[in-house]
Amino acid sequence: MSLTLLILQILNGLQLGVILFLIAAGLTLVFGVMGFINLAHGVQYMLGAYLAVFLYGLTGNFVAALVLALPLALLLGLLLEFLVFRHLYDRDHLSQVLATFGVILFLNELMKMLFGPATLSVPPPEFLNFSFKLVDGLLYPAYKLAVIVAGLLVALGLWLVITRTRIGMLIRAGATTPDMVSALGVDVRRLFLCVFGFGAMLAGFAGVMAAPIFAVEPGMGDNLLIVAFVVIIIGGAGSIRGAFVAALLVGLVDTLGRMLVIDGLRLIMNPSAANQVGPAISSMLIYVLMALVLFWRPQGLFAPKAAR
Amino acid sequence: MSEQTKPDSRAASATAMPLIVTLVLFAALALIPLLATFYGGGWLTSLAVRAMLLAIAAISLDLLIGHGGLVSFGHSAFIAIGAYTCGIMITEGVDEIALILPVAMAVAGGFALVSGAISLRTSGVSFIMITLAFGQMVYFALGSLAQYGADDGLTLWAAPGFLGGKWLASDIGVYVTVLLLLIGTWALVHRITGSRFGRVLRAARQNPVRVASMGYPVRRYQLAAYCIAGIIASVAGVMWAVQFAFVSPSLSAWQSSGDLIVMVILGGMASRNGALIGALCFILIEESLSAITNDWRLIFGPFLVLIALYARGGLAGLLDRMRGPQ
Repeated sequence: MSLTLLILQILNGLQLGVILFLIAAGLTLVFGVMGFINLAHGVQYMLGAYLAVFLYGLTGNFVAALVLALPLALLLGLLLEFLVFRHLYDRDHLSQVLATFGVILFLNELMKMLFGPATLSVPPPEFLNFSFKLVDGLLYPAYKLAVIVAGLLVALGLWLVITRTRIGMLIRAGATTPDMVSALGVDVRRLFLCVFGFGAMLAGFAGVMAAPIFAVEPGMGDNLLIVAFVVIIIGGAGSIRGAFVAALLVGLVDTLGRMLVIDGLRLIMNPSAANQVGPAISSMLIYVLMALVLFWRPQGLFAPKAAR
Repeated sequence: MSEQTKPDSRAASATAMPLIVTLVLFAALALIPLLATFYGGGWLTSLAVRAMLLAIAAISLDLLIGHGGLVSFGHSAFIAIGAYTCGIMITEGVDEIALILPVAMAVAGGFALVSGAISLRTSGVSFIMITLAFGQMVYFALGSLAQYGADDGLTLWAAPGFLGGKWLASDIGVYVTVLLLLIGTWALVHRITGSRFGRVLRAARQNPVRVASMGYPVRRYQLAAYCIAGIIASVAGVMWAVQFAFVSPSLSAWQSSGDLIVMVILGGMASRNGALIGALCFILIEESLSAITNDWRLIFGPFLVLIALYARGGLAGLLDRMRGPQ
């Protein structure tokens, strides 16, 4: 394995990790603060990507599409909360799984109907449409680096909001002892709505950022959602810091593991067999990681109480 | 099950009425091959077989979800394990169902024992997620079987024999076998849930600490239920491979596990016919909606939301309420 390939894979891993973090951040808050399993959170990511496609077609400008997509993603999130999710907070996990599963089916199909089943894409913005030369013989698209930087900035901003502001304090308190927060006179429902809309917007942001990189298609959020759940289980539900560490960890394990497993298998079997078996085994790595974490530390690496 | 030994909630309300519903359902299923000679033909019987196989898996899942309170989000992995065991053995030249079935059950049981022992260390949401993780592992592991079709799936070129005979080579033979397996599964699961074992399982769902303090090894009971459910689902998987002569990793995709959960809830958890009705209705709704429009999920999705929000006890609960208060 060459050094350039390693650098490339680390960057790809970071990029996946950052997108995972943007999805997992909202999910972990919704899950940690409200105890609500939202399978439909991946759909918010898909909606973000489709909004990018739609608005780019309308304006012809990626930045304008991004700016317009964020409030729309927020609105769609609040709409879903109002129509469906708020009736589910005090129900058992099973009803939540069923209802949000239904929302996934509906929205995936709706996107398929509105935009067709084919994969779509959005070109990256003009001013980022060039490549960096990292080392000799390795060009890396500036847009992908911009995604990593943007994700890290959002993470920083989120950390400031959570640790330095009043609403952040309420969210932290809500994640550990929601009943006590409610007893102290905080309108928990409104706090939930706030967290929910914000989480939906972050997932939408991830979708817009992902639109030029990944294929935009119905169901694109489903598999990432499962991985985002892996992230919040590893990180500890309700902990932004845990989600951040776990998202980068999962992103790196997934991309680096892909390469290392295939290289490792080549040592013990012939190359063509290794190329076939490798990807599947490396896809299992993050689930093995999650099973190990759940086994040794069921509350996750950074459970909310330990998070500060 | 004996009538005097079931003092607990749901099973106690089992009067003669649900039994009649069951008999009607089984009789209707038995008549479908006859109906198929007039209308639908092979399409109808193959649809009914699919519904019955999913019903077998859903009934076994209800043992976990409804009775045990163990929400497994990876149950379709066991269907896939059964299907792949069958597919691989036939590809390797072992085409005797009397050999395939025990091997598939042993493989599924072994996997259930290991994954269950690990998963049951957790509970609640963590249990949902860790079973999901195991399901995903099976999904990717099956996709890595390069010599058995990898991601594209595996086509079975021959039907297995039954004790040397050609019973399973005919459509009607498969149909009757699957129907008998469904009836057998239904009877077995209700025998289990009506037994002392089932009562411990249900009690542990409500208050595990108290059951443990009464001296029952709760986790061992739950593990046993997990293994039983997995083995039953693997039988459905074997017959799936026989019926459709094709297996693919997507059998264990997480959406398939989600479908199974939907069936159980749709029908009504921990009721005599819930999972059976749920699976049959799921297929019925899917087929009739997709006959109306290509975008049938636009209707089915909101329908699931409404079921989750308003229909407590699922369709079986609805049937109970139609009979009025007792």
